[in-house]
Amino acid sequence: MSALPSGGSYLLPFILLAPLLAMFIIVFLPKEETKTIKIVAALGTFTSMVLSLYAFFAYNQAAGGMQFTLTIPWVPDLGVNLAFGVDGISLPMLLLTNLIGFSSIYASWNMEKRAKEFFALLLILITGVMGTFIARDLFIFFLFYEIVVIPIYIMVIIWGSTKRVSKEYAGMKLTIYLLIGSAFLLVGMVALYLAAAKQGHPTFMFDQLAARQNLYSAPFQKVAFGLMLFGFGSLISMFPFHSWSPDGYAGAPTAVSMIHAGVLKKIGGYGLIRLGIYVLPIGAKYWAPVIAVLAIANVLYAAFIALAQKDLKYVIGYSSVSHMGYVLIAIAALNPTAVGGAVAMMFAHGVMSALFFSMIGFIYEKTHTRNIPDLGGLAHQMPRLATGFIIAGMASLGLPSTINFISEFTIFMGTIKALPVQAILGIAGIIFTAVYTLRVIANVMFGPRRSEWDHLKDIKGAELVPLVVLGFVIFATGIFPNILFGLVNTGVTSSGLAKVLETVSQAKMGGLF
Amino acid sequence: MFKEMHDLFRWAWLIPALPFLSFLLIAFVTKRSKGLSSTVSILAILTALGLAVAIGLGIIQSGAEIVEHPVIVSANWLNIGGLKINFGTIVDPLSAMMLFVVTLVASMVQIYSLGYMHGDKGWSRYYAYQSLFASSMLGMVIATNLLQLFIFWELVGLCSYLLIGFWYFKVSAREAAKKAFITTRVGDFGLLLGILFLYNKFGTLDFTALSAALSTSLQNVAVVGTAGYVTVMAFLIFMGPMGKSGQFPLHVWLPDAMEGPTPVSALIHAATMVVAGVYLVAKMYFLFQASPAALQFVAGIGAFTALFAATIAIAQDDIKRILAYSTLSQLGYMIFALGVGSYSGSMFHLMTHAFFKALMFLGAGSVIHAMHEKQNIWDMGGLWKKMPITGWTFFIGVLAISGIPPFAGFWSKDELLANALQNGHPIVYAVGLFTAFLTAFYMSRLFFVAFMGPEKPENHPHESPWTMTIPLIVLATFSTIGGLAALPSHNFAFFIHFGEFEPEGMNWGLAGISVIAGLLGMGLAYYIYIKKAISSESIVARFPVPYKILKNKYYIDELYLWIIHNIMDGLAKVLYFFDIYIIDGIINGIALLTRGSAKGLRRMSTGQLQTYAMVFFFAVVVIFMVFAFGEGQFSSLNPLAMLGGVK
Repeated sequence: MSALPSGGSYLLPFILLAPLLAMFIIVFLPKEETKTIKIVAALGTFTSMVLSLYAFFAYNQAAGGMQFTLTIPWVPDLGVNLAFGVDGISLPMLLLTNLIGFSSIYASWNMEKRAKEFFALLLILITGVMGTFIARDLFIFFLFYEIVVIPIYIMVIIWGSTKRVSKEYAGMKLTIYLLIGSAFLLVGMVALYLAAAKQGHPTFMFDQLAARQNLYSAPFQKVAFGLMLFGFGSLISMFPFHSWSPDGYAGAPTAVSMIHAGVLKKIGGYGLIRLGIYVLPIGAKYWAPVIAVLAIANVLYAAFIALAQKDLKYVIGYSSVSHMGYVLIAIAALNPTAVGGAVAMMFAHGVMSALFFSMIGFIYEKTHTRNIPDLGGLAHQMPRLATGFIIAGMASLGLPSTINFISEFTIFMGTIKALPVQAILGIAGIIFTAVYTLRVIANVMFGPRRSEWDHLKDIKGAELVPLVVLGFVIFATGIFPNILFGLVNTGVTSSGLAKVLETVSQAKMGGLF
Repeated sequence: MFKEMHDLFRWAWLIPALPFLSFLLIAFVTKRSKGLSSTVSILAILTALGLAVAIGLGIIQSGAEIVEHPVIVSANWLNIGGLKINFGTIVDPLSAMMLFVVTLVASMVQIYSLGYMHGDKGWSRYYAYQSLFASSMLGMVIATNLLQLFIFWELVGLCSYLLIGFWYFKVSAREAAKKAFITTRVGDFGLLLGILFLYNKFGTLDFTALSAALSTSLQNVAVVGTAGYVTVMAFLIFMGPMGKSGQFPLHVWLPDAMEGPTPVSALIHAATMVVAGVYLVAKMYFLFQASPAALQFVAGIGAFTALFAATIAIAQDDIKRILAYSTLSQLGYMIFALGVGSYSGSMFHLMTHAFFKALMFLGAGSVIHAMHEKQNIWDMGGLWKKMPITGWTFFIGVLAISGIPPFAGFWSKDELLANALQNGHPIVYAVGLFTAFLTAFYMSRLFFVAFMGPEKPENHPHESPWTMTIPLIVLATFSTIGGLAALPSHNFAFFIHFGEFEPEGMNWGLAGISVIAGLLGMGLAYYIYIKKAISSESIVARFPVPYKILKNKYYIDELYLWIIHNIMDGLAKVLYFFDIYIIDGIINGIALLTRGSAKGLRRMSTGQLQTYAMVFFFAVVVIFMVFAFGEGQFSSLNPLAMLGGVK
């Protein structure tokens, strides 16, 4: 590793810095200029979105591997590099972050309360999430992960809403979970670093850590993966560490719910794949049966609880816990098809839940309630909003022609062989998902016209952006799935992940297996 | 000759593509203009009909060639981890027949809707859904593999959901739409599992390849357990048709689906979507054929549903609900026909049923239109004179479904009943025959009460506009002559059959028995409802309990509701309380504990340097010892210990 930046592409830093630049401009704008602030924020995220779309389509699938890489040594003594790059696994996540980030600005278009701080923090949040996905260095990954925590806490406390639990409780719960998770991660990360440093130059680089697998004994892998599972598992709301998620989403403002459910949560799944399976395959194999069982608990348990909810956001909150079960079971299946499905599912769920939360945000903004029995027949007054809501619902229950169906199908394909019983139980979840989703749609959108909502105005203008952007993505990738799967396939095969999975599935583990 | 046809068949993809284009156009461009929306939609479906007719004629001209060699076109659609799924079109006699039936009924229904939906606020939305439905249904019909079929299968389900709930402001419509979706989802769960297991076992979902792989695997004796595996997969696959085609016990959604506009009931819930299940079993017949147990089950469920639904239909008063139970019963016929090995009989009945049931639903719509939304047959009467076209065409429908020659239903019903007896299923035959009697009875009851009975002075019925009567006339024509496809030497069964084709002559003896059963049913209805020789009230008074049970549809809806409200929602509540009190309780408990211990720990922050130094010293000692004794033997705790900062 040379001491100087070696050529490299500056695309990713640009994508990363565009929202940050917008944030700095906002900081210097007078706080009354809310319109300008919003436009600047939109421009910043728009730039990132367009650039990441470019990266998405410019990525050379035949070559595979990490592309658009840039490596700048940062703390050479410790082996910390400011290393960026994306492959078929992280690039969809980066694009997802930007799609949701851009939409979340428009979902908050009517935000007037301390708009300047709100949008500045939102932009920091988006940057932080992006950073975790483009980092090729564990240290940088962790750094960005920690950056994310701060704006989330402040935003929930200031702009959140109090329903079943107070927003202070929700914000605190969210933050503490994130921090406890990160504490375990930190321990695992340092342990990994030290174990890898036994040979050669110390390093935090993912691929280097993975390449030195022979240095990690089986017991070490089991302990280290266990720590990561606790950290990342909390983040992806794995049962029984899920309870922050419905409370947190309910308390958070719309944009935070969108980003949190849409992408932040996926850092957990991403981490388990990138760091868990890739670097610690034996540990992954050891923990897989546990993950599989907990995943089923996620799918069914949360789906049932979603049935009993009266608050719109709680329904979607538990629904998101339920859907993460599919990602987890795919990770537990430890084969290329399932892992590819997990990546696609994270993308699909991200787009869907962001659309759902943005529509719920508009409903709440206009009606000032999220209590399902108080709502009803909103399709009369707000047909466009109803369309968005129904699209999100259909994606949530995995209707074909949405990307969510193909992702779920791929996961089922991958798991039915490896974990048939768990897979069947998980697939049963599609029935209950349909029940709660259709109930919500029926009770909120359909039914007789209610005169108390006659004054409501349908979403229009800027408010339509989340529906158009996210709805388009849901159907475009759903009808032409190779757009997404081409990249995901490359990610699973060319990153060496497929090879790791192959060895893992053949490896016999003494005693336990 | 065949070469030219071949080129034509490659254009089959246009048939579903045209209505889809029309859907997009209406949704994004013409939705504000009512006239344009319906014009676009009707033009698209009529063009599709033209293409389907051309393909159908091409098939007839190609003769035996096309039966042996279907024309398949496909392109890669999805690619992941060794899983390759193609999208494509298959043109063979079976799919051509379906293309023709679907486009014909869909065009008639869309033209009819011009009159029926006149003045509805959701006009453009209605035509958009109609186009989307036509596109999905046609896409399903020409699917080349199971996943493609499943995708369109779910999409027709979506359209059904949207159209049942078209008048979303009605609570009953809203609930019916939800019920339809969820009930069919239960079936789809099994179907999806079946698809996954099939792929897992044979590594392909392509119909042709799957069929080949299955037969190789069955011949290979070394593969132990294939027979059992096949049976399981056939059962799982069959769950889908049970939901979609309303077979007991998943039939409950179809009668409620009548909450949708009547043309929708005619198209989706009588002629096309509900037969998707039958079509799927036919498509997967190679699988069912390999498992006698599965076939037996299919025959049993079909026969039971046929009889069960017919008995309910006798005691219903709502014109659309009678027709809905009749549909369930006729779907039972198609299903048991497949179970007893009457492949072409089932497909033939599917076709003729589509004609006469769509006809009767549209006729019922015409009546409801004239009666200003009254649907109870006892509120009607004497409509024959006031609405001659509706009356005559409806009568043709009644004759067709009752199996009176030469109308369409006679030929198809006769074929499948004869096959049931010849293939050694006397019980199924007896059930089918008795159901034929019941069918003739309840359909005649409907007709005599609504069209013949005394006129009601409060009603002022009038014949419907030409947009509604022309489709009736067209469908009545097909209901009259459609059955004649059984007669020529290259008849229906020549083109659509499974395995080797053996020409069968008409068994006039058995046909005579079926006709007698139909005439008996009609005669009985005539005596009760026209002659009033037997009073219907006295029958009800004599058998109050059976009447109540039939009237209430065997209380199956009540049973399901009880399960949903008590067991499912109860479990949901219990788990929710578990979540907020136990899981969250533990979390909050830990938080409290932390806070408590923090209070204690605060005392340790004494601010005295000596205390800190002592703690520091002991820590270093501990870390040093871990290192000293841990070194050499590779301990997993080693790196963790180094967290203390020693390097």
